[in-house]
Amino acid sequence: MNRSYAKDIATGLASLLTGMKVTMTTMLTKGHTVEWPREAAQVPLMFRGHIQLVANKDNGFAKCIACGACARACPSNCIEVKGAKPEGAKKKSPTFFMLDFTTCSLCGLCVESCPVVAITFSRDYALAGFELQPFAGMDLLKDVASPFVEERNDI
Amino acid sequence: MFDSQTAATYNLETVGDQENDFILNLGPQHPGTHGVLRVVLHMDGEYILSADPVLGYGHRMQEKIAETLTYTQVLPYMARMDYLSALSYNQAWVCLVEKMCGYEVPRRAEYIRVLTTELNRISSHFLWFGAFLLDLGAFTPFLHAFEDREKILDLLETLTGSRLTYCFFRFGGVGADVDSVFLKGAQDFVDHMRSHLASYHDLVTGNVIFQERTRDVGVILPFDTWGYGLTGPVLRGSGEKYDVRLREPYSIYPELDFEIPVEQTGDCLARYLVRLQEIEESLNIIEQTIAGMPEGPIRSKVPKIIKPPEGEATMSVETPRGELMIYAVSDGSKIPYRVKYRVPSFANLSIFSKMAKGQLLADALAVLGSLDLVIPEVDR
Repeated sequence: MNRSYAKDIATGLASLLTGMKVTMTTMLTKGHTVEWPREAAQVPLMFRGHIQLVANKDNGFAKCIACGACARACPSNCIEVKGAKPEGAKKKSPTFFMLDFTTCSLCGLCVESCPVVAITFSRDYALAGFELQPFAGMDLLKDVASPFVEERNDI
Repeated sequence: MFDSQTAATYNLETVGDQENDFILNLGPQHPGTHGVLRVVLHMDGEYILSADPVLGYGHRMQEKIAETLTYTQVLPYMARMDYLSALSYNQAWVCLVEKMCGYEVPRRAEYIRVLTTELNRISSHFLWFGAFLLDLGAFTPFLHAFEDREKILDLLETLTGSRLTYCFFRFGGVGADVDSVFLKGAQDFVDHMRSHLASYHDLVTGNVIFQERTRDVGVILPFDTWGYGLTGPVLRGSGEKYDVRLREPYSIYPELDFEIPVEQTGDCLARYLVRLQEIEESLNIIEQTIAGMPEGPIRSKVPKIIKPPEGEATMSVETPRGELMIYAVSDGSKIPYRVKYRVPSFANLSIFSKMAKGQLLADALAVLGSLDLVIPEVDR
């Protein structure tokens, strides 16, 4: 056996052992995974889930004034807003607020464009399903009270 | 150097022997191509006679889409081109529009931009590190790299709200302010990586099998680098000290103290070493921005509807893959008249067919991995 061949084997073995040492030490450390759904991962404060409407504290109605700024700001046209003035009110209120979550890219331009801070991100991260419809037509008004109860029942 | 290698690896007696030649499709769905890239290989046994990349499987008309949206609405699309370094793309676009309109950016915002972009650069290099070694047949480094990458993603998620396709920078500033928790997390990460990077070298760089697989494989000569328009670590691996952060400084890079790593040999190993050194340099930059983070506002006042004056502008930034240049023409309306992206991956892919010629198939995959391609960026 020639000498450089033996040297190659020795260096190869040494490099292998150094690498194995890293692997073995890592094996003894704690795991890094979170076993969802048995344990829940921590959702950060800034988490961007799908958007949701903010309710007024005093009457529970949506803060939204149905100006449509969010729908215009959206790069993928996934928001549709219709509004009307309830009797005796000064500002408009939404009668229809539909989000097409299948095309939403969660960029947050709608949240930024809102003049009355009526839209926030939800912190719902477990969004998976077998059907398209619950995501293609997300009725955001169903989580807040509305002055248009009768009209809402028709939808 | 390349041609002598070709001659050595070719089996000259069977070249052109039609009986033994065959066509092999690598991709469009192949783990080695990291996306929907298809390479038509003309093979002679294990050796490649010619390699032709076929593009367009993930083409989304990004440039045309930009002509139909307002300047603000284009911003979320930036992250979809190079999903591994979304913040570099964010930066290129906001800097371009700021250049066109002449908006001021507060100092604190500039620092936050550089801090987050460099974190993003490290996370991109980690993913490349894992994927490249996966191509070479090593599975463990991938898990090591992803463990550290996860730390960056968690950190950036607390600030930007997303893990991969960030839409964080705004015209005239950034979307959210950093707090002491984030800065401490970033500093902890830097300290952790300084000590932990040694284990990367122990595990991979010193490994004999890895060195045999990458040394003198896929050599790019300095002459070719300019001809093919290569940029980024691929260029710096061939001995050219070209980095946009150095040559056309933007943001606060001229004030920071960092090196541009360069290797001379131009093979896969050189590109690997350049990227690992870049991780260290990015750690230096992050530490400097944390230490020097000034107080103040994070956003300057910018009109709601952005209408840049008539004219054109270009902006170049250094992404983890190389030089990204965006060129935009404004006709004075709120929608860009024309947007052109000069992406690094596309140029870097163009030399692949030359490098693959005469290589073994397994070596060609190592070469493809060392170029660090992001296919949605190539196709866009």
